[in-house]
Amino acid sequence: MSSILMSVLVLGVTGLFVGLALFAVARKFSVDENPKVKQIEDMLPGANCGGCGYPGCAGFAKACVNSDSMDGLMCTVCDKEVMQRIADLTGHSIDSVSKRTALVRCNGSCENRPSLNRYDGARSCAAAALQNGGETGCSYGCIGFGDCVSVCGFDAIHMNPETGLPAVDQEKCTGCGLCAGKCPKNILEIANIKDSRNRRVYVSCVSRDKGPIAKNACKVACIGCGKCVSACAYDAIAVENSLAYVDQDKCRLCRKCESACPQHSIIALNFTQRTDVLPSSIQQNE
Amino acid sequence: MSQKLLISTAPHIHCGDTIERNMHLVILALLPALIASFIIFGIGALVVTVTSVVSCMLFEWLISRFLLKREKCTLGDGSAVITGLLLAFNLPSGMPLYQIVMGSLVAIGIGKMVFGGLGNNPFNPALVGRVFMLISFPSRMTSWPVPHQMMAYSDAVTAATPLGLVGYQNDSLPSYLDMFLGNTGGSLGETCALALLIGFAILLAFKVISWHIPVTIMLTVAVLTGIMWLVNPSVYVDPLTHLLSGGLMLGSIFMATDYVTSPMTHKGMVWYGIGIGFLTVVIRLFGSYPEGMSFAILIMNAIVPLINNWCRPKHFGETAK
Amino acid sequence: MSSRTFSTGGIHPDAKKLTSAKAIEPALLPEQAVFPLSQHIGAPSVPCVNKGDKVLVGTLIAKPAGQMSACIHSSVSGTVARIDSVTDSSGQRRPAIFIDVEGDEWEPSIDRSDSLVVNVNMAKDVIIDRIRDAGIVGMGGACFPTHVKLCPPSGCKIDTLIINAVECEPYLTADHSLMLDSPDQIIVGIRILMKTLDVESAVIGIEENKADAIELLRGKVRMVSGIEVMPLAMKYPQGGEKQLIEAVTGRRVPPPPALPASVGCVVVNVGTAFAVYEAVAKNKPLIERVVTVTGDSVSNPCNLKVRLGTSVGRLIDQAGGLPQDTSKIIAGGPMMGRPLLGTDVPVVKGTSGVLILSGKLAARKEERNCIRCAKCVEACPMGLEPYKIATAGELGNWNVAEESWVMSCIECGCCQSTCPSRRPLLDWVRLAKNNVGRIIRERQSGK
Repeated sequence: MSSILMSVLVLGVTGLFVGLALFAVARKFSVDENPKVKQIEDMLPGANCGGCGYPGCAGFAKACVNSDSMDGLMCTVCDKEVMQRIADLTGHSIDSVSKRTALVRCNGSCENRPSLNRYDGARSCAAAALQNGGETGCSYGCIGFGDCVSVCGFDAIHMNPETGLPAVDQEKCTGCGLCAGKCPKNILEIANIKDSRNRRVYVSCVSRDKGPIAKNACKVACIGCGKCVSACAYDAIAVENSLAYVDQDKCRLCRKCESACPQHSIIALNFTQRTDVLPSSIQQNE
Repeated sequence: MSQKLLISTAPHIHCGDTIERNMHLVILALLPALIASFIIFGIGALVVTVTSVVSCMLFEWLISRFLLKREKCTLGDGSAVITGLLLAFNLPSGMPLYQIVMGSLVAIGIGKMVFGGLGNNPFNPALVGRVFMLISFPSRMTSWPVPHQMMAYSDAVTAATPLGLVGYQNDSLPSYLDMFLGNTGGSLGETCALALLIGFAILLAFKVISWHIPVTIMLTVAVLTGIMWLVNPSVYVDPLTHLLSGGLMLGSIFMATDYVTSPMTHKGMVWYGIGIGFLTVVIRLFGSYPEGMSFAILIMNAIVPLINNWCRPKHFGETAK
Repeated sequence: MSSRTFSTGGIHPDAKKLTSAKAIEPALLPEQAVFPLSQHIGAPSVPCVNKGDKVLVGTLIAKPAGQMSACIHSSVSGTVARIDSVTDSSGQRRPAIFIDVEGDEWEPSIDRSDSLVVNVNMAKDVIIDRIRDAGIVGMGGACFPTHVKLCPPSGCKIDTLIINAVECEPYLTADHSLMLDSPDQIIVGIRILMKTLDVESAVIGIEENKADAIELLRGKVRMVSGIEVMPLAMKYPQGGEKQLIEAVTGRRVPPPPALPASVGCVVVNVGTAFAVYEAVAKNKPLIERVVTVTGDSVSNPCNLKVRLGTSVGRLIDQAGGLPQDTSKIIAGGPMMGRPLLGTDVPVVKGTSGVLILSGKLAARKEERNCIRCAKCVEACPMGLEPYKIATAGELGNWNVAEESWVMSCIECGCCQSTCPSRRPLLDWVRLAKNNVGRIIRERQSGK
C-alpha cells in the first residue's frame, strides 16, 4: 500500500513541478502575436509555395499585417475574393489583383529542333546548363530534364514526352513562379491573365542568336526579323538582340503578329477559331 | 561519323569499379568460410545456406517487383546474396527451414527494402534478420550441432559453444587450434577463424574494405578482455579465446564493414570499431547473452550518422583544431 | 626510396600515354583561324581590329579589358573576315575574331632565329610588361594571366618558384614533349621567372613516368644554381596547384581566400615557362602551343605545335582523321577536359590536348543508389565529402554544400571516377559550387 502511495506521490509531485515550470516558462517567453496574422493565415491556401516572395504563408500573413498598404503583397494562388477579404481585415485597399499563369516560351520540340549531341550527365536542367546549352544547336531553349516539373507544388506542369517540352496545365497553374525561378534558361514567363478564357499571344522563343544561327538550330526560332513589330498596332512588341517580345500587358490579342511571323514562333493560345496552329507545347483548355 | 557526340562533363574516364564488382568480391571472400562450414557441419550447412540465399533473393525480387513496382530489379548487384550468406553464417546448422525463410523476409524486407533498398538501410540487413530470429526462436537459435555430423540435420546432437562454456566450465574449453580451425560448436560461418582471415586478406587485397574497422574491433576486444583476464583469470577467459570464439571474426570482418552502415572516414571507422569492441565485451562479460557481436554492431549502426558528423575528413590546408 | 607526393586522397588512373615517345611535329596552317575573345579567366578581351584589316603573325588583335584579362595576337597572316560568335570549348557561343589566312608573314619585331638567348638583362618591370603584352596565360588549362601571378600581393614573401611539369592527366604528353624538345629554352624561361619573382630557388616537379625528361633536365640544370629537378610519385591530381606545392615543399595552402603566395610559392606550368622565354627573349607573343592529339582509336596520335585558332578538326585530320567509333571529343585530358560539341572548335591558349574517346569507354553507366562506400571521401585530394556535397547539390541545399567547403573543390574528378555506383558526383558538386559562389558574391556585394 505504502509503495503505491509513494509512487503516486512522487510522480504527482514531479508532474506538478514540471507543469508549473512549463507554465512559468510559457508566460515568461510568450510572444504577443497579432491575432490577425492567424486569421489571414487561415484564409491562405497553406501550400507554402513562396510565390508571394515570403517564406511560406505565415510569412506572407505577417507581412500583410505589418505593412502599411497591400502594394506588392499578392498571393498568386488565391483568387481576388480572398485577397479582398485579407485587405478588409487589415484595413487596406487593393487596386488590381489579377491571376497569373506560366507561359512556356520555347517550342523547340524534338521535331522542330533536332538534337545534335547526346548529354549523359546528371539529369538536371541546371547541371546541364552549366556545361553547355543542352543537346541541340540552340543554347537558349528548353533543356528538357524537367527541373520545372519537380519544383511545381500544384502538379500544374508536366513534360510532354512527344515534344520533350514542359506543358502548363492552365487550370491548375497558380502563377506562383517557382518554375520560372528554377528554369536555368528563363523560358517560363509568369504573366497576368487577360480574360476569362486566358487567351494569349506570345513569342514562343527566347533565342538571342542571330537569325541564320537561330533558324539553323530550330525551325520555329524567332529570327528577330521585326515583321511582328510593324504588324502590331498597339506598340506591344519589341525586338531586342534578335528576339521579339510581346508585352502581355499591352497586347490586345488582335493576332496580327501571329500571321505576320514567317517562323511561326508567335503563338496564339486559347483562341476558339483557327486552332490549327496550336503549338504542341501547350495543353489546350477545354 | 555515325553517332551523335556525347557531351557529359569531366571526368570522362572511370576506374571501372562497380557495385557488382565489390559485392562479388565480398562473396568471393566469403567462400573459404562457406567451404569450411560444409566441411565442419556437413549437409546441414548446405541446406541452411541454400535456403537462406534463395529466399533472400526471392524476397528482394518480389518486393522490388510487386511492392515497390520498380522496373529494374536490383537483384543483380549481389547484395541479396551477401545478406543471405551472412544470415546463414549466423545460424546454427539445424534450423527449421520455415524459420530461415522468415528470417530472410525480415532481413530483406524490414532490414533493407523498407528503407528504399541497397544504400538506404541504416542497419545491417543480415543482422536484423539474425536478431529477429534470436528473439523469436531463442531455443533453436542456441542449439548448436556438434561438428562433423555430416548427414544429420534436425536430429543432430547439439552442444554448447565455447562462449557458452565461459564462466561455467572454463577448463573444458576447446583448444586454440580447434577454435582456429573451427572444430567447435557454433553458427555455420563463424567457427573457422582461418577461413574468415583468408576472406579478410581477399577483401584487403582487392581494396574492398580498409583494415580500420576489423582491426580496431579485434584490438579493443583483446585489450579489454585482457585487462579483465589479468584482474581475475579464474572468472574471465584469456583474450585469444575471445577473439577466436563466437561471431567476433565474422562480425568484425564481414558484418561491421558493410559499406552502407559503416562510417565514411577512417577516423570514424576507428571510433566505430572501438565502440563495437567495447559493447561486445560488455555484453559478453556482463550481459545475459553469451555473444554480443550482433547487438554491438546494430547499436553502433544506429550511431553511424552521428559519427559521420563528428569525424569529418580533414579539409585540405585546414589547421588542426 | 619512395618519391614525394601529396598526402590527402588522389587516385591512380591508367596513364595511357600513347604519344610520350613522339617528337613535336608542326601542324598545318589553318585556312581560317578563329580567336575567341575569352581565352582566359577574367573579362573577355576587346577587339582592336576591324573587318577587312590586314594582320601579320604576331599582330595584336584584341586588348585586355582589365587587370585579369589578356592580350590576344593573331597567329596567322591574312585578313580579318568578321567578328562573330563561335561555339568554343565551353559549349557556349562566344564572340570571336575570324581571320582568313593568306601566306605566312610575321611581324618583323619577332626574333625567328633558332639561336638560344641565354642572358636576359632586363628590369623586372620590363619583363612583366613583355609577358603581359605577349598575352601569356597559364598553359596548363586554368588560363590564369601570368603577369598577375608574377605580381603577388604585397605582404607575401615568395621564396620558391615551382614549375609544374607533372602532367598527371592520362593521355596528355604536351608538356613532356616540350621538355624533350626545348629544355634549354625552358631553363632560361625559369631563370627569367626567378629573376622577376626575386627568388633564389626553383623546383621542377616531374612525375616519375617521364624518366627521360627528368634525366635530360637534370643534366641541364647541373650548371645552373638554384634550379632543382624533383621526381614525384605518380598520383592524380598532382598537377593541382595546392597538391603540387604540398608534394614539393610539404606546405599546405590554407582554404580560400588564401593563395599559393600565402605559403611563399608561385606555381607556373612548364609550357608557360617556355612561352615566357619566347616572349621575353625572342619578343614572340603567345601564338602557338603544343597540343597532344590522342585517343585509343586514333590512327596516328601525335604531339603537334599548333597555331592558336586552328580548328580541332584540322588537328584530328593530321592525326589520321576522326575514327569511325568516335563518341566523345574532349579538349584537354580525360579527367578535367571539356567535351566538344563538334570539330569546329578552335584551339585556344589553354588547350593542352585533343582526346578522342570511342564507343564504350566514353559513355557513362547507369546511375545507382549511393552505397556509402566512402571511396569518394578517400579519393578527394581536398579532404572533402563529395557524397554529401553532391546530394546537397542535387537537392538544392546550398547552405549544406557551403558548410561542407564546396568552394574548395578543385573539380579534379577523382570522386566521380572512383564511384562504384556511377553517380555523377562532380556534376552535382559543380552545380552546388556555382550556386554557392553566386550566393557568396551576393552576400559580399550586399555588405
